[in-house]
Amino acid sequence: MIKIEGLVKKYQHKNAKNKNEWKTVVNDLNLHIEPGEIFGLLGPNGAGKTTTIRMLTMLTQATAGEIVYNGLNVKHDQEAMKALIGVVPQQINFDQDLTVGENMELHARLHHMGKESRKQRIAELLEYVELSDRVNDNVRLLSGGMKRRLLIARALIHNPKILFLDEPTVALDPQVRRRIWDLIRRMHREDVTVLLTTHYIEEAENLCNRVAILNKGKLIALDTPKALCERVGRYVVEWDTLEERDFRFFMTREAAAEFAATVDAATTIRRSNLEDVFVELTGRKVNV
Amino acid sequence: MLYDIWTVFWRDWVVLKHRMIKFILSRMVAPMLYLVAFGWGLGRSMSPIGGGSYIDFLVPGILALNSMNISFNSITPIHSERIYHKSLEEYLIAPIRPLAFIIGKILAAVLRGLISSVIIVALSYLFGANFTITPLFVFVLIINCIIFAEIGFCAAMTIHSYEDMGRFNTYILLPMSFLCGTFFATDKLPLVAKYFVELLPLTHTSYLLRNIGASRDFSLLSALVLGLYMGLFLLLCIWAMRKIKE
Repeated sequence: MIKIEGLVKKYQHKNAKNKNEWKTVVNDLNLHIEPGEIFGLLGPNGAGKTTTIRMLTMLTQATAGEIVYNGLNVKHDQEAMKALIGVVPQQINFDQDLTVGENMELHARLHHMGKESRKQRIAELLEYVELSDRVNDNVRLLSGGMKRRLLIARALIHNPKILFLDEPTVALDPQVRRRIWDLIRRMHREDVTVLLTTHYIEEAENLCNRVAILNKGKLIALDTPKALCERVGRYVVEWDTLEERDFRFFMTREAAAEFAATVDAATTIRRSNLEDVFVELTGRKVNV
Repeated sequence: MLYDIWTVFWRDWVVLKHRMIKFILSRMVAPMLYLVAFGWGLGRSMSPIGGGSYIDFLVPGILALNSMNISFNSITPIHSERIYHKSLEEYLIAPIRPLAFIIGKILAAVLRGLISSVIIVALSYLFGANFTITPLFVFVLIINCIIFAEIGFCAAMTIHSYEDMGRFNTYILLPMSFLCGTFFATDKLPLVAKYFVELLPLTHTSYLLRNIGASRDFSLLSALVLGLYMGLFLLLCIWAMRKIKE
């Protein structure tokens, strides 16, 4: 469905000596995403997740590399590719001069939907995200959670085959976040391929079939959340030292318990998670 | 392509409909002031120019500068849509051609320019001005709106800050409003300034509107200059659309 080969993005910037130089934000990224998959791009701030999404959604031109959806190449099939994708951006980007309904209608018109089908689809999606009664309100009047739900509804109007979500639940309360996860799972059941970026590890664990971990623009790991956890060790022993919380991975619970018995401090034994994988691979905590 | 142009135009039409009364009332202020200050106040003490009163000379100039300002300022909200609200991205990820976006936005700016021109024409007749409106007169007004909508589009797509957009108005549009044959003939300027001002599109719009309005000869050279500016700035709009993806 999605084939990314040798993707590179470089920006020109001024270095500490005030000289222009090229900064590589995405470095030789290769990914193959299967139809109907929920795929997560993980990484800390500045890892290159949003830049990757911007290249995949054709908002930014890649410096090098290939992007192919269903055999369509970004170099010469952009219009056909844009008809396939739905995009939920990180920043809420509604037209501030239009109402909820007008924003939806603009999107439907931009995707060449006929009058009846767009009317029906907009009503259906607004009901789905429980915003039918706000159809004539200006988008500025919606709360943050409502705006996020509306962003997803807008991206789905034209029945995209691929849905890109860039940090879809950032700064939302847990109820709204779980609701958005339900929306994403429903898309998955309807065979939409979903690519989402997040730096909430819990989000990736809950939703994604596979995840790729980016760090400083490079792909450092790619697998299912479970396989990644198994790669570093299924169990973690954690204990507090004077400076920080230390931890070590083990393949079996027995080995973890044996080690815990040797530590001269209170220890915790638990199953490893994606955050542990991330820390092990990048040496940094996520969300710091 | 035509449907996409209509979609882009439709969005601006919806916004204009929301604000039509405010738009019309606000568009009356500046022309009223020009007509009162320069037409009634200053104009009554001036000798006739080219066989007509000063107000007859003034009205085509006001139409030229007003259509310039309105069409430019109607399209520049794209700047905040690009930089602050990011709502421009909705068009960039849609399966439409960049040219459809450019043309739709320009046509919406032309509509606003023409509505404000109708207001000025009505006010001018109330103030006792005499001039003839022909299809050619309207055509020149439309070309003027297109040129300055294109300039506004390029500025909005390439300028990075809100302050710099304001500076564009101050350093480019404001001097043109006063110097390009709008309030007085360019012959009154020093020779070097006259030649420079006569290179600018607004000067040719002022001359064309004035000549057509007074049923005098139509300058093909001025029409050619406007045509060249229109084509050149359209190419720059296309370039600006490509540049924002870099």
